[in-house]
Amino acid sequence: MTDAPTVHGRGLKRLAIATTLTLGTAFALVFFWTPNELDQGFVQKIFYVHVPMAIVALCGFTAGGIFGFMQLRTGKRVWDMRSYVSIHLSLMLATGTLITGSIWAKAAWGHWWVWDEPVLVSFLIVFLLYACYQPLRFSIEDPERQARAASVFAVVAGAFVPLNFAAVRLAEAYTHPRTLGTTTGGMPGTMLFTFLLALLGMTLLFVTLWKYEMASKNARMKLASVKRRIENEIAQGGAA
Amino acid sequence: MIRQALILLRKDLLLELRGREALPAMLLLAGTTMVVLHFALGQRSVTGGTAAGCLWVTLLFSATLGINRLFVAEQEEGGLDAVLLTPVERTAILLAKATTLFIFMVALELVIVPAFALLLLGPDLLPTLGGLIPTLLLVDLAIAAVGALVGAIAVQSRIRDLLAPLLALPLLLPALIAGAKSAELLFAAAGPAPIPGRWPLMLALYALVFGLLGVALYDYLLDD
Repeated sequence: MTDAPTVHGRGLKRLAIATTLTLGTAFALVFFWTPNELDQGFVQKIFYVHVPMAIVALCGFTAGGIFGFMQLRTGKRVWDMRSYVSIHLSLMLATGTLITGSIWAKAAWGHWWVWDEPVLVSFLIVFLLYACYQPLRFSIEDPERQARAASVFAVVAGAFVPLNFAAVRLAEAYTHPRTLGTTTGGMPGTMLFTFLLALLGMTLLFVTLWKYEMASKNARMKLASVKRRIENEIAQGGAA
Repeated sequence: MIRQALILLRKDLLLELRGREALPAMLLLAGTTMVVLHFALGQRSVTGGTAAGCLWVTLLFSATLGINRLFVAEQEEGGLDAVLLTPVERTAILLAKATTLFIFMVALELVIVPAFALLLLGPDLLPTLGGLIPTLLLVDLAIAAVGALVGAIAVQSRIRDLLAPLLALPLLLPALIAGAKSAELLFAAAGPAPIPGRWPLMLALYALVFGLLGVALYDYLLDD
């Protein structure tokens, strides 16, 4: 684990620049290039933030589950850290998704919340489940136990996400736009391009933040261990 | 392994018979929930979707109590360490815990479903039983599979009592959806309608997936 900070910190600057450029360009295109949607008008543009955030959050939860699985397989703490950072960032994106989704729902359907809306409801359930991750994690003191319980949770919740989406969809009527199914075919090229660019930007943002937090966590852990060593040496020097 | 599971199951049931900690509390909570529902809804009797909702809310809340109690003896009396010291397979522990929860749920339903029919349910209970019993058993299976897993996760933490319901309820929602959709048809005011095959199938699949997850993950959870 000694070389971990360099691994997670490598290329961070270039990545940060690429993220800024991609997201900046995407948002500029959203405002100045893409046409207003005929049906919903300007409001529909929130779609370029909302959908990428939702997709990246769900991928992040899945990644958290995979990292958790790796932690259980290998027993290495660094996998647990990776899983934790993924879930923690995805949780923030999920909060953003719920808020932007709610704004969109108010503008498009006239209500802040629509219950007969499978994607919205599934997302809320997933959010509620993952909101328990941190209370679970930080209520276990023993680090080894914490890593194991958190990883088991990450794997279970990761498996739950697709099941939950299937279940809620079966139960409800369809009103949400099928973002990736039917609409892609009908979306004009400018819109599709901007959407994909925004998605790429959001993914880059996630990766940058993830690497940044991993590097910082590793640095902090290393610092703590160096401090401990110095204190030990001072204590031993004092004794001698 | 089955023999080990049976021994552990016998221990859990014996504990419950002598201590009577989980089931009476589950029954009381279920009874109280029905009274609360009566006043909250302001209705003398319920049918269709509302009836299904009342039944599942009652059962699910009681189930979270049961899930909470599942590992209490192990944790508070240090029994878990003793069990783990014996050469018992983790899967046997999972099987025993899930079966305990299943039996708790069936025992609870034996009392609560007739009570529900007396207190709240509008349509006659008897004609619905043919569809209701298999649905209840499938939901119990799902609750047992999810509950044994959640109980083992929650017991690791200091705030076990808080976490178990918070983890269990969202995880059980898909099972609740399938159960409620089935019961809605059964409790229809015009008489029970047939249940489409996808709901029982989903319940069975859900129980299976979480059962397998439990088998795969129990080794890591209870490993010291």
